[in-house]
Amino acid sequence: MAYTVVGKSVSRADAVAKVTGKAKYTDDFSERGMLVGKILHSPYAHALVKSIDVSKAKALPGVEAVITHQDIPKIRYATAIPGVIEAIATDEVGVAELKYATAGHPFSLDPSHRDKEDRYILTQRARFIGDNIAAVVATDALTASKALKLIEVEYEELEALTTTEAALKEGAPLIHDDCERNILSSAGYVIGDIEQALKESDHLIEGEYETSIVQHCHLENQISLAYVDSDRRIVIMTSTQIPHIVRRIVAQALGISWGRVRVIKPYVGGGFGNKQDVTVEPLNAVMSLAVGGRPVKLELSREEAMIDTRTRHAFKFKIKTGVNSDGKINGIQIEAVSNTGAYASHGHSIASSGGGKFRYLYQTKALKYEPLTVFTNLPVAGAMRGYGTPQIFFAFESHIEDISRKLKLDPIELRKINLVETGHVDPLNQTVIRSCGIRECIDKGKELIKWDAKKALYKEQKGVKRRGLGMACFSYASGTYPVALELGGARIVMNQDGSVQLQLGATEIGQGSDTVFAQMVAEVLGIPMHMVHVISTQDTDISPFDTGSYASRQTYVSGMAVEKAALEVKRKVLAVAHSMTDIPAHLLDLKQQHIVMKESGERVMELEVAAMQSYYDRVHAQPITSDVTNNARINAIPYGVTFAEVEVDIKTGKIKILEIFNVHDSGKIVNPQLAEGQVHGGVGMAIGYAISEQLLFDEKTGQPLNNNLLDYKLPTIMDIPEIGAAFVEKEDPTGPFGVKALGEPPIISPAPAIRNAVLDATGVAFNRIPMNPQRVFEKFKEAGLTLN
Amino acid sequence: MFKRIAFTVNGKAYDFEVDVRESLLEVLRNHLGLTGAKQGCGVGECGACSVLIDGVPHDTCIFLAVWADGKDIRTIEGVAGINGELSQVQQAFVEEGAIQCGFCTPGLVLTTTALKESGKDYTREELKRELSGHLCRCTGYQNIAKAAEKSLEGHICTCEDSPHYKGAII
Amino acid sequence: MYDIKAYYEAESVEEAARLLAEKPNLKLIAGGTDVLIKMHGGQLEEAELLSLRKIKSLENIHVRDDGTVAIGAMATFSVIFHNAMLKKLIPVLTEAAVSMGGPQIRNIATIGGNVCNGATSADSASSLFALNARLKLQDEKGERVVPIREFYLGPGKVALNPGEILTEILIAPEDYLGFGGQYIKFAMREAMDIATLGVAAVCKVENGNFAEVRIGLGVAGPTPLRCLEAEEYARGKKITAETLKEIGKLAVRSTKARTSWRASKEYREHLVEELTQRALKTAVVNAGGAEVV
Repeated sequence: MAYTVVGKSVSRADAVAKVTGKAKYTDDFSERGMLVGKILHSPYAHALVKSIDVSKAKALPGVEAVITHQDIPKIRYATAIPGVIEAIATDEVGVAELKYATAGHPFSLDPSHRDKEDRYILTQRARFIGDNIAAVVATDALTASKALKLIEVEYEELEALTTTEAALKEGAPLIHDDCERNILSSAGYVIGDIEQALKESDHLIEGEYETSIVQHCHLENQISLAYVDSDRRIVIMTSTQIPHIVRRIVAQALGISWGRVRVIKPYVGGGFGNKQDVTVEPLNAVMSLAVGGRPVKLELSREEAMIDTRTRHAFKFKIKTGVNSDGKINGIQIEAVSNTGAYASHGHSIASSGGGKFRYLYQTKALKYEPLTVFTNLPVAGAMRGYGTPQIFFAFESHIEDISRKLKLDPIELRKINLVETGHVDPLNQTVIRSCGIRECIDKGKELIKWDAKKALYKEQKGVKRRGLGMACFSYASGTYPVALELGGARIVMNQDGSVQLQLGATEIGQGSDTVFAQMVAEVLGIPMHMVHVISTQDTDISPFDTGSYASRQTYVSGMAVEKAALEVKRKVLAVAHSMTDIPAHLLDLKQQHIVMKESGERVMELEVAAMQSYYDRVHAQPITSDVTNNARINAIPYGVTFAEVEVDIKTGKIKILEIFNVHDSGKIVNPQLAEGQVHGGVGMAIGYAISEQLLFDEKTGQPLNNNLLDYKLPTIMDIPEIGAAFVEKEDPTGPFGVKALGEPPIISPAPAIRNAVLDATGVAFNRIPMNPQRVFEKFKEAGLTLN
Repeated sequence: MFKRIAFTVNGKAYDFEVDVRESLLEVLRNHLGLTGAKQGCGVGECGACSVLIDGVPHDTCIFLAVWADGKDIRTIEGVAGINGELSQVQQAFVEEGAIQCGFCTPGLVLTTTALKESGKDYTREELKRELSGHLCRCTGYQNIAKAAEKSLEGHICTCEDSPHYKGAII
Repeated sequence: MYDIKAYYEAESVEEAARLLAEKPNLKLIAGGTDVLIKMHGGQLEEAELLSLRKIKSLENIHVRDDGTVAIGAMATFSVIFHNAMLKKLIPVLTEAAVSMGGPQIRNIATIGGNVCNGATSADSASSLFALNARLKLQDEKGERVVPIREFYLGPGKVALNPGEILTEILIAPEDYLGFGGQYIKFAMREAMDIATLGVAAVCKVENGNFAEVRIGLGVAGPTPLRCLEAEEYARGKKITAETLKEIGKLAVRSTKARTSWRASKEYREHLVEELTQRALKTAVVNAGGAEVV
């Protein structure tokens, strides 16, 4: 279908605000008399707090409050409105500390489907280095920091479990008393008869693969500003992907009615899943409550943010695949152990989500997935771009490459033999693949990187620097359905001049969602982009309900609501035009700020005329608005592929990426330039994941070793090659304008593609990422490649 | 302890006492209300707080406010024209899609502005090196590099024997 | 806000030396890229700072009449990199300068601060070691000159006596004239990184032989160091791939690398062997010798 605005690379709605420094982020707001909060973190990975003496800290001039776990019940009690029944006990002595879950999932009415409540605002049992023990509110940051040093805590150290092996060992201490063997969850699945499928295969191929802990490193650290307003409501401005969920979780953490919390989300300096979780907000609320509701800002330093927010789960996989000599895969058995760190957060759903999205790529008779999500005394792992899929696809796309080498089959052909086709129905959740461009993605990628020519060129290399090619595929999903609720909300108000305000519950965090929503509205209403005013700030008191930015859901799920809201406005505009002209509304359309005849395009009147009529008609005046919630009980599966070319320095172990192309089937691309931006960013992040990034810990103590941007090797502009982005636009019939997800997908397949390219160049298979120079050196030494 | 300093910011002269403990970033953001410079790390590793001091990019989180005495400072707020018209560099960042979350953008625009105003020629590699003090997690740097090249149109040198850097980092 | 208790600034070296003599607690601050970061990390509290930033004479870079190159301690890495004279005379130093940190850091970090910080990873250090740099130290009573190899005492420890200020870095003509050099920084990233290994090699070539070779290494031990055994071996040898190989092997003998989470001892030693050869290979060409193949 031919569109006017959809499919065009229009500039971002917020580009001018951001390029002039006018875009306001949380730290750019302040209140008069604002205080500063700071957190005392545990220096031990596993310890009990025996006693805390805050007297010296309290005595420091400028300190307004010092809070420990003992103060939380009192603060909560004081928060209750007399006579209003809330989750707070009525008697101060009986007030207990409340446990709450932090994961940014939609609430579930089914208690068995809720997240694990395992977190206290301040704890008396530290479960990782960085756990929150106490907090200070002071007039300035320096005083607060000094006060932290004056808090005297006596700890009883417990055995620290820093690896999943140690945590799973018989007799290991329990990190959470209610989780046996330190296992958070083990929800997997079986399709078909796996034993039989493996048995009847010509070849049984096994492999072990491992990924490491990495961190989001959004440029803006977690930060919030909390105060109590005149209605005794707690107002929190915060850098979050999920304002409506933050509201619920803060209320739950405090045991107050949800309506007593108001969350405001201004511009956000990146999230990547780390802000799909509640981290600083409940404590920030408590800080304000501790000083009589005065405004308190709580900002994490980079060093804090890298360990006391969330990380990406490290996984270990054991894969067994039964395959016939012709390349047909009969059965795949995947065992996975996921390190979720000290608290549940998203942990239970990440292993299962990765395994779920993996099912949409290859078709086999049998598939068994057995994940174990295990607690350790390391920082909490949570949601991060790709949500379990970068891990499982690194493992399997490496494994299938190994299979192709063992069976001497072309790696691309081997994949093609086993790929799903349009019309495939997932045997477990019945998701229908209604559009599938993976084959076209592969063909395009192969052509872009000049696969055949280079493959021929790079045979039999002997030098110090060797080149190779690799590729990898992935499948993903557009939102979380059928696992979770998928509500999108949009509201449109038409102004007198025919321009509109678009209000969303969906959050712009840099990915460009505000712009693509505005494009959708502009398309439906036949108005230019500058006439769509997107309200970028979400305020839970005002914005429509929508669970926020995660799971690559917004363009698809929230887009449905936006399209519907725009269509409703269009219907109302045409109704007004009909009332003014007697032309039946179904013969009319909106084009170029005019009401036109649908067939001939003949202009009937200016849009502004109808808009004015809607405001000021003495009898029928009713300004045109729409307010739509859409429950998307459907999904669309995006696909894609990475092709990479590397040059490996055999002597130093340095891997250089010469060329890299990501080709995506994300359905209709609403804004090619923004879509390419998503691909560039995802690939850039994936390059770090593949060759340089890893959050390191002392294995004995759990002490973080590199929680800063110098020692954590996030790529710089010098480290990223030119990234090629291309699209195969298989429009999905379920998506608004045919869209499918794109936000997370670009990060999934680069790491295995790079790994396979290194294998091609050197003959050495790296089954563990990152492939940093030290590790590459070690493996090359084993292989006898480094000899001088 | 306070110290009186005189300096100009975006052409406007200031003369007041600053706390010697404060960074220039704190003075710009908290006292002058110029919040375009952002704090991303506090130790000069990310570049989000960069501004031009006497035309040269500096990380203001590790620049004591007292050091601004006598300096001419330019922040992102001083880049566009008085009527809001975007500079050529800003326009290039908008057109090339070099902006995502926007947190690193002010620093990058300023550094690119300094490069442009230097009038010097740069190879693509050198240009990247000059921008390498700015971390960005959203864009993979692709469109940032493009926007910088567009900003320096006519000053991108394709000569192999670069007049500048020849060292080796491997 | 930084935890600064007192802040002084001197306008001349004499004034700084006098203040330092009066108040022994004063901590010198130049570009601040080490001192302020230590304060951010809590390793330095309630600091009493003496800033050298207003002493313009310390930013001077010039060649003395006798050919000695004198670099003021307050010269920033950017100034050093962009100094046309240094680029012509001692490019191995300007290359090292531009490998350091990122542009904004180079715009303020000073070579004197880099040296006085005493880090083995200091990007200027391996080149200054290879160049036999000497350091001019001044206190209230006078000045003295020490070879850089005697200045580094241990990790973060330098031979700066109480009251002393590093004012100039001196490189004698016999140490750079006629030499070709190459600096290689091996790091995980191409910018904004700390070296896994820094190798600076300078050499003089005569009739296809090494007349002299000097190799400075950073992060190959607790302090920057020289590879004297390898240098001695190289003297007078014909420049061949075999000679380079032997030099690489011998260079490892001078190292005192250790295993840390950044890299293992074995890997660092392997890099010393490999990168010394690579650096020297380029240095030979820069010294006017024929390319070794």
